[in-house]
Amino acid sequence: MTQSVQVILADVNPTDPENWRLKSYLKRDGYAALKKIIANKIPPENVIEEVKKSALRGRGGAGFPTGLKWSFMPRQYEGDKYLVCNSDEGEPGTFKDRDIMRYNPHILIEGMAIAAYAMGAKTGYNYVHGEIWETYERMEEAVEEARLAGFLGNNILGSDFSFQLYNHHGYGAYICGEETALLESIEGKKGQPRFKPPFPASYGLYGKPTTINNTETFASVPWIIRHGGEKYLQLGKPNNGGTKIFSISGHVNKPGNYEVPLGIPFAELLEMAGGMRGGRKLKGCIPGGSSMPVLPGDVMMKTDMDYDSIAKAGSMLGSGAVIIMDDTTCMVRALERLSYFYYEESCGQCTPCREGTGWLYRIINRIEHGKGRPEDLDLLDNLADNIQGRTICALGDAAAMPVRAMLQHFRDEFVYHIEHKKCMV
Amino acid sequence: MLSTESLEKINREIAKYPTDQKQSAVMSALAIAQDEKGWLATETMDFIAKYLGMPAIAVYEVATFYNMYNLKPVGKYKLTVCTNLPCALSGGNDAANYLKQKLGVGFNETSADGLFTLKEGECMGACGDAPVLLVNNKQMCSFMSNEQIDQLLEELRK
Repeated sequence: MTQSVQVILADVNPTDPENWRLKSYLKRDGYAALKKIIANKIPPENVIEEVKKSALRGRGGAGFPTGLKWSFMPRQYEGDKYLVCNSDEGEPGTFKDRDIMRYNPHILIEGMAIAAYAMGAKTGYNYVHGEIWETYERMEEAVEEARLAGFLGNNILGSDFSFQLYNHHGYGAYICGEETALLESIEGKKGQPRFKPPFPASYGLYGKPTTINNTETFASVPWIIRHGGEKYLQLGKPNNGGTKIFSISGHVNKPGNYEVPLGIPFAELLEMAGGMRGGRKLKGCIPGGSSMPVLPGDVMMKTDMDYDSIAKAGSMLGSGAVIIMDDTTCMVRALERLSYFYYEESCGQCTPCREGTGWLYRIINRIEHGKGRPEDLDLLDNLADNIQGRTICALGDAAAMPVRAMLQHFRDEFVYHIEHKKCMV
Repeated sequence: MLSTESLEKINREIAKYPTDQKQSAVMSALAIAQDEKGWLATETMDFIAKYLGMPAIAVYEVATFYNMYNLKPVGKYKLTVCTNLPCALSGGNDAANYLKQKLGVGFNETSADGLFTLKEGECMGACGDAPVLLVNNKQMCSFMSNEQIDQLLEELRK
């Protein structure tokens, strides 16, 4: 078993009730990166250069290069600029940001302060998922600790750099994980995604230049500044720098969060999670959150866990939520539940998604309940075609991709359900 | 309309946003009002609209869009169980069925004693702790076996 460097969860001890506090964080080299930047008056563009070197990619799901995103923020802009953290973690299977915030909240605050310094943002919001109230309260306490210690607020550590950070509590809408829906939500509206362009870097929160990153992305930044982008890159592999927290759920013995170097073999990760529950066989795995295509167990066992390897295998790393399904799983039923989720969570703005997700759900529901028709599988394909790529945001794609992948890899099961009006497992 | 304590909480939220963007506090204002009143009656939403200087319709839009707001009265305790796929693989449906049987209700129904309303929830971002359920939007309960559920219900009934 690889004993590897951890960037975010190193020395984090969930069983110690004081471990998350500022005092403990400072003992773990906390805020050293922010202090270093301010003491040495490092130019903001050098900070962005360092993040570019690290090959850090967005950990929320899209995998966009972070340094590049930061460089899109207009440097000379005179007015307010905003920094937003997307902690609206609602992609089924994903539960890493909750652990970062409740067990190591200051690493996120430090990462955001460094990002604000690099991009010249004066104000930041951390949008916390609605269902995790206790975590939101902890973030509120941690922000207050940081402010009192001079790591947030006006003239941070005596410099002329000021950054105010606030937590915004969501209230139950998956769509707000989409960055422009999240901005609408902070503005006090329904969370309906905006057309892009304009992109948030030019027209974001309150119409001002805004950069939005995921919790885990920001939390990776202090380490990169302390040790250098090059060193971070070397923890992973080329184009897939650093470590990643994988949230493992489903049929394993030890579900949980595991921070490992990108590129670790899936088989090794599975072993870390205690292996398959009851020693059963791996039937399928969704490697990056419920919106990503499912892969058959044998393909998965030969795959490494990084952006490029998972893409090559036919899926996506997404948010790093690894959903494990053993051979007792009925794939029709699994897909029915996921399709219900997208139907329930579609914001209703675009017709192909609003109507299409309902169609998908109703058809899969009737197949599951023994009322499927022979033409249904073609109809599902056709529907997926007519949703994918035809909506403002990616929720439509997220509803269509699992359907396509399930039909591609487990078609026999769907056919069996339709022909025999019952399940084969 | 709302207690001084609730208004103070709402004011703290308003202070997080630019002075001309009071509307940004609408989500927390509704949540705070719901904590006090149990649910969001039209009068409550109208009050918040006035308080934040928003059209009432804009407040209704928010209250009906986000699914943790109660638009109808609920029992003293709202129990929301996640049945999404990752939870379902680890007993989410068993927990939901057990609750239905223990409380004698289906989803979106309230027990005869008015204590419990059962809701089916979507992903709460705690899939590793499945089965999970949420009490009154605030308290997350993890690894909810039948024994754990019995214990929780007993505590809440006290």
